[in-house]
Amino acid sequence: MERIQDCGVYRLSDDLAIVQTVDFFTPIVDDPYLFGQIAAANSLSDVYAVGGKPLTVMNIVCFPSQSMDIDILRQVLLGGLAKVCEAGAVLVGGHSVDDRELKYGLAVTGLIHPQKVLRKETARPADKLILTKPLGTGIISTAIKAGVATEEATTRAVASMVTLNRVSSEVMQEIGASACTDVTGFGLLGHAAEMIENTDRGIIIRAGAVPVLPGAEDLAAMGMVPGGLYRNRDFRSAMVEFAPGLSQFRQDILFDPQTSGGLLIAVAPEKAKGMLSALHASGVKEAAIVGEIVKSPAGKIVVEP
Amino acid sequence: MTEVITVDARGLSCPQPAMMTRQALQKLGKGTVEVLVDSPTAKENVTRLAKNAGWTVTVEDSPDGSARIVLRK
Repeated sequence: MERIQDCGVYRLSDDLAIVQTVDFFTPIVDDPYLFGQIAAANSLSDVYAVGGKPLTVMNIVCFPSQSMDIDILRQVLLGGLAKVCEAGAVLVGGHSVDDRELKYGLAVTGLIHPQKVLRKETARPADKLILTKPLGTGIISTAIKAGVATEEATTRAVASMVTLNRVSSEVMQEIGASACTDVTGFGLLGHAAEMIENTDRGIIIRAGAVPVLPGAEDLAAMGMVPGGLYRNRDFRSAMVEFAPGLSQFRQDILFDPQTSGGLLIAVAPEKAKGMLSALHASGVKEAAIVGEIVKSPAGKIVVEP
Repeated sequence: MTEVITVDARGLSCPQPAMMTRQALQKLGKGTVEVLVDSPTAKENVTRLAKNAGWTVTVEDSPDGSARIVLRK
């Protein structure tokens, strides 16, 4: 069985393939325009993770037409469209159904050269791992729901979630990566695990080097921890070894489920600093080298301070 | 005799159980708070919140997956 990748890839000719992906979900912020932007950026992310270029998109909408003002839907769709335009893609249609709760997202079709598809599991020993966005959107989204997120935490989390992974993907392709995935619902360690599961390689993550959104630590201490974080931790605990003395937050945040999270890029060690500088220079300011691929222990993630 | 507050957060999903517990802890200041939950997430979040606020936590698990969490300060 073929390993599951971030996108479906279908080769049309020797030098052209289409990549396809779909994602949609319920609102995680109150502002409908921002929710539209976040959902669209999140849907487009899988195409960027494999190194593709989004071509066309279709809206997927569930809407409670009896109980919600249609203007809310208009704002959601406008927010999404703004991100579709920013991606250089074209909205060609969509479909809506009546539902009790608003849901929105995109089905995305992109283009890619069949030989240039970036996979999850092709990282090589000594490769560095670059993460392009800070973690914490799951905890902060939970706190937003509870009404206790600070303005700074909310603003920074939203700014991160509406940011397309387009620039990161372009820089990554220009410099050359050996593997890539995007960090979403399974958290950093869950997605990192997919890069080495059933391979002869392992990963070292340096917890202190992982960028984290401001406020996430205080909110986690208040119990604003999404259920997905605990499920991610329980699912992957057998693969992960934490160094003794690592704080509970530093362990937890690595499992925080992300919405519209960053790319996790494996890059040859001699190119890593150059890629990081290029990311920073292109405006991906919070990108950081968070770990590396190792030969041993194979199939494990060791988290160091 | 110290006052005991019971927070029944059964059937509620996160972040509500943690928020209800937080309000009870703030209202009481010190004493005993009993929290009833029926999900692993609520159990962990209530425990985390209370420990970080300086309360001692005792968890009594039931076979049906629910739990009674006693918080003391």
